[in-house]
Amino acid sequence: MGFQVLWFILWGVLWAVYFMLDGFDFGVGMLQRFLGRDNAEKRVIINSIGPVWDGNEVWLITAGGATFAAFPTTYALMFSYLYSALLIILFALIFRGVAFEFRGKGGSRAWESAWDAAIFLGSFVPALLFGVAFGNIFQGLPMDGSGYHGTLFTLLNPYGLLTGVLFVLLFIEHGALWLAVKTKDNISERAGKLANRMWVPLLVVAVAFLIFTYFATNLYANFLGNIILLAVPVLAVLALLGIKVFGAKGQYLAAFYASCITIVMVTFTGVIGLYPNLIPSSMDPNYSLTIFNSSSSIYTLKIMTVVALIFVPIVIAYQVWIYWIFRRPIAADEIMSDKEAY
Amino acid sequence: MDALALSRLQFAVTAMFHFIFVPLTLGLSIMVAYMESRYVSTNDAMYLKMTKFWGKLFLINFALGVVTGITMEFQFGMNWAEYSKYVGDIFGAPLAIEATVAFFLESSFIGLWIFGWNKVSKKVHALSIWLVAIATNLSALWILLANGWMQHPVGFVLRNGRAEMVDFTAMLTNGYGLAEFFHTVVSGYVVAAFFVMGISAWHLLKKSSVPFFKASFRMAASFGLASTLMVLIAGDFQAAQVAGTQPAKFAAMESVWDTQKAAPLNLLVMPDVADEKNSTEVAGIPGLLSFLAFHDSGAEIKGLKDFSKEDRPPILPTFISFRAMTALGMLFILLSLVALIIARRDKLESSHGFLKLMFFAMFLPYIAAQLGWIVAEVGRQPWIVYGVLKTADAVSKAVSPVQVWASLIGFTLVYGLLAFVDIYLLTKFAKKGPDDDLSVLIASSRTQGV
Repeated sequence: MGFQVLWFILWGVLWAVYFMLDGFDFGVGMLQRFLGRDNAEKRVIINSIGPVWDGNEVWLITAGGATFAAFPTTYALMFSYLYSALLIILFALIFRGVAFEFRGKGGSRAWESAWDAAIFLGSFVPALLFGVAFGNIFQGLPMDGSGYHGTLFTLLNPYGLLTGVLFVLLFIEHGALWLAVKTKDNISERAGKLANRMWVPLLVVAVAFLIFTYFATNLYANFLGNIILLAVPVLAVLALLGIKVFGAKGQYLAAFYASCITIVMVTFTGVIGLYPNLIPSSMDPNYSLTIFNSSSSIYTLKIMTVVALIFVPIVIAYQVWIYWIFRRPIAADEIMSDKEAY
Repeated sequence: MDALALSRLQFAVTAMFHFIFVPLTLGLSIMVAYMESRYVSTNDAMYLKMTKFWGKLFLINFALGVVTGITMEFQFGMNWAEYSKYVGDIFGAPLAIEATVAFFLESSFIGLWIFGWNKVSKKVHALSIWLVAIATNLSALWILLANGWMQHPVGFVLRNGRAEMVDFTAMLTNGYGLAEFFHTVVSGYVVAAFFVMGISAWHLLKKSSVPFFKASFRMAASFGLASTLMVLIAGDFQAAQVAGTQPAKFAAMESVWDTQKAAPLNLLVMPDVADEKNSTEVAGIPGLLSFLAFHDSGAEIKGLKDFSKEDRPPILPTFISFRAMTALGMLFILLSLVALIIARRDKLESSHGFLKLMFFAMFLPYIAAQLGWIVAEVGRQPWIVYGVLKTADAVSKAVSPVQVWASLIGFTLVYGLLAFVDIYLLTKFAKKGPDDDLSVLIASSRTQGV
C-alpha cells in the first residue's frame, strides 16, 4: 500500500475521531441552555465536558495540520476556496473556547447569559457548517483550471444543507447521551428523554441523506465496486438503530458508544466514497484533487508516518487515561463548591 | 488595497494579537509549575495560594492564546494558498508535528490541571502543569523551526514546480530556527517575570497581602534576571544568524549603507532613506559591529546599497524596531538586577518609587516582543521564504479583496472585543489578590486514586 493511501486513511481517521469527540462537545453546547434550568444546572452541563473539550478540539487542528503536511495542494485550495465558511467556523470556535473559560468569571447574570449565547452559537454554527462543507465536498466543488467558481451561497445548496442538518442532529443526539451518562438526577433524566425523542428526526434525516446521496453524489460507486466496503455504511445504520435500542432501555452508556460508532462510520462512509479524491471537481473530473495529484513527496509522507506512528498512540493513551480519571458523573453541589470549575 | 496588501495586514494583526498572549503563557506556565512543585515538596500553603492566584491569571491568558492560535493555522491556507502549495511539502510537517507532539499534550493536561484538584494526587497534579509548561515550550520549538525555515530555508530542492523536503534533519538543526526558538522562549520568560513583578508591585504599594506578594516578587525577580541575561545571549546568537544568512535584514537593522570591513557600531544613528545614507552617526566603536555579527572585528558587513531597491526590506521599521528592542532588553537586565537586590535586602515595601516603576515596566517586555517580530518579519521582506519565494507571489488567487476586507474587519471586531474582555478579567482577578480561604481545598485535597 502506498504512503498516499496510508495518509488518506489517516486523514479519514483524524476527521472521524474529531467528529466523535468534539461532536458531543457541540451537542452539549447546543443543549446547555435548553436542558439547564438554572445557573447551577447550566454550570454542571458545561463542566461535564470541561476537562476534555480542549483536548478534543486539537483533533481538528491535527486534521488540518495533517492535510497541510500530507496533501498541501488540497489544504491550500480547500481553505482558500471555502474562505468565508471557514472564517465563520473559526470565529464560532474562538467564541466557544473563551466562553467556557470566561463564563463563570464575570459574576453577573447578563454576563453569564451572553457567554451562554456564545456557547450555543459556537457549537451550533460549526456543527452545521462542517456538515455543509463536507456535503459540498462529497458533491464536488465547482472548480476547474481557472480556479473556483462558487461563493459562500453556492455552498448552501439542498444537499449541503441536508448534510449540515444531519451533522447537527447527530451531535445533538451524541451530546444528549453524553449528558445522560455524565450528569445525575434531573439533568441526566431530561437528557436521556431528549435523546430518545430526538432519535426519530435523526433517523428521518439520515434516511433522507442516504437517498439524496445516491442522486447528488458519486459516493456509492466505490461501494458497488467492492461489496465488502458496504460493511461500513451497514455498521453506521446498525449503530444508529443501536442508539434507539439501548436508549429505550435506559442504557445510556451503551447508547453513547453506539452513537460514537455511528459518527465514525458515517465519516468513513463519506471518506471511502470520495477515494481517491479529496475534493472532486463538479465541473470536470480532470481537475479533481486526488490523493495522488495533491500529496506531498513520499519523503515527507514517510517522515510524517514515523511521527504519527510514535505519537498518535501516546496521545490516545493519555487522553483515554484522562477520560478515565473523570469517569464519574458530576453533581451540582460538587460544582458549586469548586472554585476552579467553569 | 488589493488582496495582497489586505492579507498582509490581516496576517500582521492576527499574528501580533496572538503574540500578546503566547509569551506570557511560555513563562508563566513554568513559574506556576515551579510554585506548585514547591507546594508539593514543602506543603507550605503559601505556595498553594501562589499556584492558585497566578494560575488563574495564567488560564485567562491561556484561553486567548489557544483560540487565536487556531487562526494562524487556518490562515496559511485561507490567505496564502500559493505559499501553502509551493512550500507545504516542507512547511506543513512542523505544523502537523506541533499539533501531534505538543498541542495535544498541552490541551489535554490543562484540562486535568483545571479540574483535577481533587481527582489525582498532589504529585500527579503538579506533574500535569509541568507537562503543560513543557508542551507549550515544545510547541514554540516546532512553530519556530517552521518560521526559521522561512527565514533560512534548508534541506529542500525545487522540483515538480515546488519546494520539496529532502533533508528533515537539516530543518531540525537549522541554526536560524534554533536561535529563534531560544530567543523567543526566554523573552517569554521575561514577559512573565515582569508581569508577576508588576502585579506584585501594585499590591505592595496598596499594602495588600504583603508576604504573599513579596514572595511572588522575589521569585519573579530571580527568574527575571536569569531570563534577561539569557535573552542577551540568545540575541547575540540570533544576530549572528541574521548576519550570516540574511545580509539585507542585518544591514537594515543597523542601517549600514556601504559594504565595509571592520564596521563600527554607532550608538546614535539617524537613517536618511531617500539619500541612502545616515544623516547622523555618533559614537562609533570601531570594529564592534563586525565583531557582533561574525565574532571577528575585521569581518566585512554588506551594505544596503549592494541590494537593488526592490530587494531591500522596509528600512525604517526594521531599524527602529531593532534599536528599541535592544535598548529595552538592556533596560530589563538593569531593572531585574535592581529588583533582585531590593527584594533580597527586604526593602521592597519602602521602595515606593521603584515599585511604581516596576508596575509600569510590566508592559515593556510585551512591546519588546512585538518589536522583535517586526524585525524578523518586516526585515525578511520582500521575501516570504528568504531567497525562494516572494510575499507577492504567495497570496491566494481565489480570494477577493472584498472577502479579505470582511475577514479583516471581522478579526478586528472580534479580537477587539476579546482584548477588552481579557483585560477586564485580568485586571479584576489581579486586583482581587489571592484567595485566603483555602481550608475547603486543603481539606478536600485527598490523595486518592492515581
